[in-house]
Amino acid sequence: MALSKHEIEKRKKALEKILEAYPAKTKKNRRSHIVVRDTSEGAQEITANTRTLPGIMTNRGCAFAGCKGVVLGPIKDMAHIVHGPIGCSYYAWGTRRNKAKTAEGEVNLINYAFSTDMQESDVVFGGEKKLIAMIDEVVETMKPKAVTITATCPVGLIGDDIGSVAKAAEKKYGIPVMSFNCEGYKGVSQSAGHHIANNVLMQRIIGSSDLEEPAGKYAINILGEYNIGGDSWEIERVLKDIGYHVVSVMTGDGSYEQLKDAHTAELNLVQCHRSINYIAEMLEEKYGTPWLKVNFIGVQSTAQSLRDMALYFGDPALIQKTEEVIAKELAQVEVVMEQYKKLCEGKTAFCFVGGSRGHHYQGLFKEIGIDTVLAGYEFAHRDDYEGREVIPNIKMDADNKNIEEIKVTKDEKRYKLKIPKERLEEIKDKIPLSYYNGMIKDMDDGTFIVDDLNHYETEEFIKLLKPDILASGIKDKYVIQKMGIPSKQLHSYDYSGPYAGFKGAVKFAEDVTMGFTSPTWNYIVPPWKSSPTLEGTVTEGGE
Amino acid sequence: MLDATPKEITDRKSGGMINPAKTCQPIGAMYAALGIHSCLPHSHGSQGCCSYHRMHLTRHFRDPIMATTSSFTEGASVFGGGANLKTAIKNVFNVYNPEVMAVHTTCLSETIGDDLPTIIKSADVPEGKLVIHANTPSYAGSHVTGFSNMTKGMVQYLSEATEETKKQQANIIPGFVNPGDMREIKRITEAMDIEYIMFPDTSGVVDSPMTGKHEMFPKGGTTISQLKDTGNSKATYALGSYASADAAYHLERKCKIEPIVLKTPIGIKATDEYVMALSNKFSKEIPKSLEEERGQLVDIMTDTHFHFHGKRVAVFGDPDIVIALTEYLLSLGMTPVHVLTGTPGKKFEEEVKEILAAAGIEGSNVKAAGDLFTLQQWIKNQPVDLLIGNTYGKYIARAEDVPFFRVGFPILDRSVHSYMPIVGYKGAMRLLEMISNALLERQDRDAAEEDFELVM
Repeated sequence: MALSKHEIEKRKKALEKILEAYPAKTKKNRRSHIVVRDTSEGAQEITANTRTLPGIMTNRGCAFAGCKGVVLGPIKDMAHIVHGPIGCSYYAWGTRRNKAKTAEGEVNLINYAFSTDMQESDVVFGGEKKLIAMIDEVVETMKPKAVTITATCPVGLIGDDIGSVAKAAEKKYGIPVMSFNCEGYKGVSQSAGHHIANNVLMQRIIGSSDLEEPAGKYAINILGEYNIGGDSWEIERVLKDIGYHVVSVMTGDGSYEQLKDAHTAELNLVQCHRSINYIAEMLEEKYGTPWLKVNFIGVQSTAQSLRDMALYFGDPALIQKTEEVIAKELAQVEVVMEQYKKLCEGKTAFCFVGGSRGHHYQGLFKEIGIDTVLAGYEFAHRDDYEGREVIPNIKMDADNKNIEEIKVTKDEKRYKLKIPKERLEEIKDKIPLSYYNGMIKDMDDGTFIVDDLNHYETEEFIKLLKPDILASGIKDKYVIQKMGIPSKQLHSYDYSGPYAGFKGAVKFAEDVTMGFTSPTWNYIVPPWKSSPTLEGTVTEGGE
Repeated sequence: MLDATPKEITDRKSGGMINPAKTCQPIGAMYAALGIHSCLPHSHGSQGCCSYHRMHLTRHFRDPIMATTSSFTEGASVFGGGANLKTAIKNVFNVYNPEVMAVHTTCLSETIGDDLPTIIKSADVPEGKLVIHANTPSYAGSHVTGFSNMTKGMVQYLSEATEETKKQQANIIPGFVNPGDMREIKRITEAMDIEYIMFPDTSGVVDSPMTGKHEMFPKGGTTISQLKDTGNSKATYALGSYASADAAYHLERKCKIEPIVLKTPIGIKATDEYVMALSNKFSKEIPKSLEEERGQLVDIMTDTHFHFHGKRVAVFGDPDIVIALTEYLLSLGMTPVHVLTGTPGKKFEEEVKEILAAAGIEGSNVKAAGDLFTLQQWIKNQPVDLLIGNTYGKYIARAEDVPFFRVGFPILDRSVHSYMPIVGYKGAMRLLEMISNALLERQDRDAAEEDFELVM
């Protein structure tokens, strides 16, 4: 709900008060990462994707997590060898719920963690030999379709040349062996890791098959969808019902076999803009495939995304089928959603998640009557907040400029316009083609947009805004619950899901409602704190 | 499930790990630091480590895990992280205001060789506040080593021998165990009527109650004055040699306090040893209440021995826990056929083999610095009736269709475990119940209809 000018000013003042606890330099820094939404100011600018303040208790992770944990890890038929001490591999083992299943006889390594388990001697004398031996063991035993080698913090420092090791192994085994220099200190967050993963996948895997034509009509890729809790399967269910041919998903339940055909798609859907927009851009550059920003979170967003896709292909039969499927799905979910809405109406939420869900879930919250009063990302860039139009104005700082920018060129043989130019011109104002609008524009006046929210601010904003539910991650979850406020993990979905698509929206609504209606909250205050128990302590007239 | 693991065992020479049975040092140091009252653990490295460690501890305990990080960037990684740590110290005391910051390192700051004592000395630490540190290189040992190093750091920075004669007081280092275990060890010690200081002590920190208010620094944790006073105690009981002995020996060197290194008191024998060691040193009689508990445990053991006898078990986890647990399994009449820890150290293999030999068990697989890929292959070749270990064991249990029960760290898929002890006579009863439930539930599941029993 949009606030009045007066209320907005009050919130701006409250923000200044919160920032007062910081030392001067910290205060100045944090001030630039927080925006109080105020449409009267026009386009509002936020600072994002800058280094984390030491000691502030950030929620951020590292480039390794962004590369191996997020983008590569879900690819099930590759062996992902982590070159480093044991921790990095251990913590990225099974902790993100990127589901994968395999047909009989295919390789599925999703439940394995491979680590060179670097020891002191490897740090001193170098770990290349060990890495080479590990690749031998894994390839010979596990027969993966391809191998990734991901670097961790010490690898870059001691100068192990994982690129050469990969090259030699590739020659020896005749399968792609790729190295990723995603040392944890690269960039300022997980985001650097996304970029590093995107570069290599684009150079080495995507488009590496001989396939020239897609194997089905209306061929699409789903980019930036990691199948958390089965999200991608729910999205694919509906897409297949309409008649789309899903060439690949990047990278939820993904496989080497699918990824190498990805050039054949006629349209790329981008769900998580932050993690995959590099590949989306490069696919357009190289093969002429446009990308469409979609959002399969929420009933209305899902329906809208399906309509946008149909409009892109422009086939009346497809458009009609799309409407039929939407109508069928809506008939099943709308009544149920209404039931949940009755129980959630009028409540407020914080929505602070990695680099895309902070925006995507706001619409779904709204559908069940919950207003988002604060939202933000851990590691998104200004374009995710303000829209892609600000990209030319984004200044690269010293911490990010070492992340390689690769340039792809037109593939002379395969490049083609997927739909006629005139059609493209005609629809490009109607649907978000190769464009993302960002989070801020969708937020109401008086709401807070906070980049790299830390623990102190979380507590202070809770005191100020008194939200009814917080959507964030595991590190916050129990802090929030200790305050008596339900907390919904929007990374792991609290081991539930799917939350995407039509059925996912219902599951989400059910889970959120359960958070509010659970009787457990009623027991926080012991009964003896609200009514006297000591007989005789209150006596008339005294002794 | 885990279909790519072959039955045939080939020699793996690389030294790499497939499905590790250990993780890295800093998480153990973070856990130990949480056992100091009003302490904020701080990870001196890039922020990914800190997030991962908080995440994993949070999932195990289902409680807030607070910690900060130096958030290294590439520049700091090349030129040193001194400025990052100094900024962090300033921000931490201004914003979060702990009594003490306990800094640990990662493979990053260790590889570049940051000199923490020098950085801390030149930092702006507010009057009356403390910054302590421990070096915890991830490329050596395991999370247990990290716990040990931070505990030793507490001794280095804080323990002081200020009294002429030692107090009638015991130091207890409980090792890398749950707050439920720490509570139980304290209860036993209190039942013995012995004054003690336990450190670190995470009870009341990572098992704190729901009150409707989040306490940044919960009630629990060993206080700074207690930590200082450890230098005046009569003896240090180090429970679990991997996690606790180093600190105890350091306390001996620094403050001349006798170190008494014992097993983690899991099972009847190890608990007997702990109770008797307390009794001997402090000339205290073992109270009837403990004797009764012990008698109850033995009563149950004899009542149910037929559930366990001759059952083949695979057990993995952290060395101190696995060593004591193996001994307990033997006292129940079970046969540990595969015993594995991810933490390196030949001592583990020696100790377990000794315990097995004393029980007349031959030919078991025993391995330190092993991984779960190896364990699964062992099980494929020599099947077992029961698998015991942390949550990661569930994949093997499913793949090999073996009953499984969860002990150790981390347990990410069940709750309540961290509140309940596995140490002491009470803990032994609980273990016995869990083991027997796992075995009998399988028997019920697999029984032919005509063999399905009412009484078991």
